[in-house]
Formats: sequence, structure tokens, C-alpha cells
Amino acid sequence: MTSAAPATQAGTDVLRTDHISKRYGAVTALLDVNLRLARGEVLGLIGDNGAGKSTLLKILCGFQAPDAGRIVLNGQDVALSSVDHARSLGIEAVYQDLALINQLSVYHNMFLNRERIRWPLLSNRTMKRLARQYLDDMGVNIPSVEVPVASLSGGQRQAIAVARSVFTQAKILLLDEPLAAMGAKEAALILDLIRDLKGRGDVSIIVIAHNYGQVLEICDRVNLLQHGMIMLDKPSRETSVQELNDIVVEEYRRALESRQRST
Amino acid sequence: MSDITEQHAGAVGVPAIGRWRWIGQGARIFARQREATIFVVAAALFAYFAVTNSSFTSEANLVVLSQDIAPIIIIAIGEVLLLICGEIDLSVGFIYAFAPFMMHYMIDDGVPVLPAILIALLLGLAAGWFNGFLTVTLGLPSFITTLGTGFLLYGLMLTTSHAEPVIPPSSAAGAGKWLGSYSWSMIIWAVALLAIFHVVLTRTRWGLHTVATGGNLLGAREAGINVGRIKYGNFMITGLLGALVGLQVAFQTNDIDPLAGGYQPMFYAVTAAVIGGTAMLGGSGTMIGALLGSIVLGVLTDGFTVIGISANPLPIIFGGAVLIAMIANVQLSRLRESGRMK
Repeated sequence: MTSAAPATQAGTDVLRTDHISKRYGAVTALLDVNLRLARGEVLGLIGDNGAGKSTLLKILCGFQAPDAGRIVLNGQDVALSSVDHARSLGIEAVYQDLALINQLSVYHNMFLNRERIRWPLLSNRTMKRLARQYLDDMGVNIPSVEVPVASLSGGQRQAIAVARSVFTQAKILLLDEPLAAMGAKEAALILDLIRDLKGRGDVSIIVIAHNYGQVLEICDRVNLLQHGMIMLDKPSRETSVQELNDIVVEEYRRALESRQRST
Repeated sequence: MSDITEQHAGAVGVPAIGRWRWIGQGARIFARQREATIFVVAAALFAYFAVTNSSFTSEANLVVLSQDIAPIIIIAIGEVLLLICGEIDLSVGFIYAFAPFMMHYMIDDGVPVLPAILIALLLGLAAGWFNGFLTVTLGLPSFITTLGTGFLLYGLMLTTSHAEPVIPPSSAAGAGKWLGSYSWSMIIWAVALLAIFHVVLTRTRWGLHTVATGGNLLGAREAGINVGRIKYGNFMITGLLGALVGLQVAFQTNDIDPLAGGYQPMFYAVTAAVIGGTAMLGGSGTMIGALLGSIVLGVLTDGFTVIGISANPLPIIFGGAVLIAMIANVQLSRLRESGRMK
């Protein structure tokens, strides 16, 4: 088990949690979690349902405060008071495509509340051009930026939601199951996008996912959460789907046995 | 001669296929516009009444028609904005009824004409603000809050006026001409306002944020849009427009009537908006659609009178039109989303 990152590494870590704990009544959701995210790194966060992934995400995006421990952003302690506060610091969670406005065009969604204006009118042409350019740069393939997002596939919408966050200056992206309920082609679109972001070097990403194969494919490192603790912290190339599966299955078997013993 | 033959041959020869394709393409582009169906209906109704009875297109009748349509258009502008952002104002017809009395009281108390008119308009704005306060700040559904404020305004108007009609003050006749007593002034106001709000809805931040608020309230809030402000603003616009229509109709009919306004203008406006393609659940709608919807309602009402058929079955047609429009909207958007009408 890993403990807190050594001080020498602190400089490269863009985000770190020090001994974070969180309880909901009698349930311990997180226990002494030391997570670190290096600049430009893609970190996979895996674990069964109830392992604490969502709780950790909620704490990192400012939705909830931890009971104990601290969050260190770029070497400085921060108390994330709200989602808006976290976002102003460049941390943004992307929940599937829920934040998009289906009726609006792709480029209006990209620029929502940050519109380019030539008072009193919207500079639609400028926004179209910039959105097109930006999505092309990111390798997000959509037929046109002028179609309403309702007409796009789930993967395309997800890609636009992710692209928008980065577009609006997010430096740390928290992607909550970006690949859930997606076909192979759709998933490939998102994986490509994450790879592209990794190439930029200035965006760091935490991906919560269930498909170990996909996680190992795009993530530099994986953290496996179990019972609110990080049970494994390894670079992707030093582990395998087999090993991750074994840990989870082993845990399941042990739990089953202890239950049988107690009955 | 040979030139002519050649040209003639050309016109019916190969290019004719091109022309058909061009027409087909034009028709498809036209059909893709959300307002296409309602435009066809409006034009067909107009043509039908014009052919059936020549007096339908007489100037006298066109003036009457325009005065029937204008109030629906102006109120529909407000309702379209509200419906798009997920709200509705049932009280606007009572603002309509109260505003001219307000102006009358002011002028009676010695307030000059223009400030009196302004105060009457501000009453509309204030009523809209109050609707916003109840809906946004206190978090009540606008269907209920505006029902309440409607009764409130109606009661205030009846109490203060003793339910007696009055005639607009003669000192206001000059302003009245601008607002409504000149034959075409109401429709000019209506079309000008519609044009302005068409631009507001389609080309400004306000319009974009109105659509975003109604399309996905959480998403809009997530993006940092002050959705409360958008709703307040659209309630206030609707209130202001309601007061304006009340004043206009008072001048046009030279009568300030406690029976004016009420629910009917609001229902007509909402009907016009809906048959013009505005979604009752928010997120989409157009001013052009509301204009065409208003024309359909006005032409039907006026047309029946002109050709001398009893107006009793009119509500059947209106009801049918609303239902057909809703069904068509749902089916068409399904078609569009499935990509069959690309």
C-alpha cells in the first residue's frame, strides 16, 4: 500500500489529497486516502460499487467537504467550498452529457455563458469558426457545429462536454464513467479525446471507469479503491487486467467466506 | 425563330429535370423550417376567405383583421419567451385590463398624459416582477402564481373602477393615435415588436440563455447562467407587453372596459404560440411561429364573421388546431431527430 507522496515529488503533483476521510453516519466511505495526480497525467480510478470512487470525486470537485485530511492543489492547501469554487480553480467534473442543452447548437453549447458578442448581437460566425477549429484540433469528429446537440450520438455529446470543459480553462478534469453505456465506436471517440488531451501536457485527468482494459489502455497509472482505501497504486504498464481482476475477485471470495463462517 | 424554339426546347428539356430537383430541394428546405406547416395553413385560410368573399380583402376588413391579430401577437411575444424558459403567465390579460384604468386614474389626478401612460406601463412591469418574485424567489409554479396574481389584479381593477367602464381622457387622444386609435397603429406596433423580439430571441445572449434555461435548467445553471434573472426578465417583458396592449385596445375602441382582457387574450396568445411550434415544456419556440399562429387565429375569427357563418364552432377548430399542432410538433421533431429529414 502506498502512503503519502514523498516531498520530492510534490512539485510535479498538480493535485494531492492528504489523509482524506469521509463518513456517512456509520459507513466509512473514505479512509485515509492519499491520492496524487501529476501534471499532464491520466489517472484511472477503479473499484467496485461502494468502494468510494464517487465520494472521492465529489470531494475533489467541491461538492462535498472531507471529514478529515486536506486537498493540496499546486502545492497549496485549498478548502473547496463549492463546485463553482473548484471550477474557478480549474477543477471540473464532467458527468456524461448532462450539462449540455439539447436544443442548442454545438457551438452555442461550447460557448454557453461565455459567448462572443458584438453588442447587442451574438457573434455567431466567430463562435462557429472557433468551435469548429477547436473541435478539429481535439480530433472530435462531428458533422457540423450548427446542428443541435440532441441530434448527436451519446459519444459525440460526451466528447463535446469534455471538450467544453477544457475549452473553458479546466486544468483538472474528473470524468465520471465517461465510457458507460457506450458502443465500441463511441468509446473509441472518447478514448481518442483523452489521449489527445494527454498529449497537450497541461491537462490532468482522473477517469472513473469499470472496464479495466480501457483504463489500462489510456491511463498512465491506476488506483484501485476498496472499502474507501487505495489498495493498489501502479503505473498501467506494471499491472494487467488479470491482476486487477484477481484483486477484486479475491476480495469478493474473502467476503463470501467470512459471511459463510459467520452464519 | 429558331432561337425561340431552342430556348423553348431548353426550358422543357434537360434543365427541366434540374428545375424539378431544385423545386424539390426548395420544398425540403422549406419543410425543414419549423414554421412551414403553420405558414401553409395561414396562407390557405387567407386565400380561402379571400376567394369566398371579396369583402374579406377590403381595406375596412383588413383593418379589423389587423386589430384582431395585433393584440394576440404582442401578448404571444411574451408568452413565447416565458414558455421557452419553462414558465407561463396566466395573469397577463388582467394586466391588460388594469393598465388603461391606471392611466385614467393618473390623468384624473392631474398627472400629465405621457407620465400617466408610462406609469400604466410600469404597472405591467411591476406585475411581471411580482410574478417573477413568486415563481423564482419563492419557488412556486408559475401556473399557480400567475393564476393568483390574475385574480388579484382583476379584483383591484374591479374595486378601484367600481366595475364601471370609462372613456379614455380626451387629453390623451394624441398619444392614443400613436398607440392604437389610428387604423394601422396596432399592427405596426405588433410587427415592429415581433421583429425586435425575433432578433432578441435568435441573436442575443438573452435569447440564447432563455432557450438554455428552458432546455436544461440544471445545465444552464451549471454553465453559470443566472436562470432566475432570465425568468424575472421574461415575466417583466410579458407584463409590460400586456399593459401596452391594454392601453392600445382602450384607445382603439375608445373604451376602458372592466370586461376587456381577462383570460381570452392570454389563451389566444398561448394557442398562437403553440400552433406556431413553441414547446409547452420549454426549450424551443419561435416568434415567426407565434406570428403565423396569431394570423391563423385572427383570420379564422374574422373570416367566419365576414362570410356570415356562426362563430359557434370556432372553438372546435381552435381546439383541433392546438391538438394537431402539438401532435405534428412531436412527430416532426421525432422525424428530425431520427435523421429522416436531413
